[in-house]
Amino acid sequence: MAMTEQRVSYTLDSSLETIDSAEEKATRIATDLGFADDEIMQISMAVREGAVNAVLHGNAYASDKKVTLAFEHSGSDLVITISDQGRGMDLSKIPNPLAPENLLKTSGRGIFLMRSFMDEVEIRPTQTGTELKLIKHVHGRTAGGKEASL
Amino acid sequence: MSMKVSSRQVDGVTIVDCSGRITLGEGSVILRDTVRDLLAKGNKKIVLNLQDVNYIDSSGIGELVSAFTTTKNQGGELKLLNLTKKVNDLLQITKLYTVFDVKDDEASAVKSFK
Repeated sequence: MAMTEQRVSYTLDSSLETIDSAEEKATRIATDLGFADDEIMQISMAVREGAVNAVLHGNAYASDKKVTLAFEHSGSDLVITISDQGRGMDLSKIPNPLAPENLLKTSGRGIFLMRSFMDEVEIRPTQTGTELKLIKHVHGRTAGGKEASL
Repeated sequence: MSMKVSSRQVDGVTIVDCSGRITLGEGSVILRDTVRDLLAKGNKKIVLNLQDVNYIDSSGIGELVSAFTTTKNQGGELKLLNLTKKVNDLLQITKLYTVFDVKDDEASAVKSFK
């Protein structure tokens, strides 16, 4: 773990434990920053879905590939970055899960849920894999009205 | 908290009381195995009581869909009972509320089977 005052990052294995760990970290940090209960649930679920994508679809559980998870608090935003070392994804090939013909599909809802729960979602290929950026705006107060640190 | 299930029979309908989290990994596998076992034993009227399920991720949602379609494909019916607000909200935003038959009391859920 590397940590500065407003940024904390973790390098994690490509395992199921990483998904639970990422969710727990997101819940703790969102709580510490003073987000409301429903926002904490949204943030933790979006991070869980991002971690699932990184571990399963990106790194495909490969033991030699890592997932990087970073939380950054700017004061007005919580920015969460999840990076994998996989082959990348073609967003154009991800079907709309709300289309009638896709409603009964058993997968393909992760990115939709992230977009539903976060204010901004960016997905971009990098030289080593895929980077997912999840942004939640801080509405009103943080941590009881004072500036919170991670 | 991992997922736990227990099944009981009410007037020919199998009520599966679920608790915990239906997420990628153990939770989804437990649900899948439970529904498959019920169908294999000829129990085709199934109600998943989700009253104590406090968390479902996209994999868990997919597992609910899979349970629904697997049961339907074998000539059965699977309904959902007692959704928590979180689970209800998830089914609303994914439009799956229109797919599942969702009940909020056990007696009417049992009676609703043909």
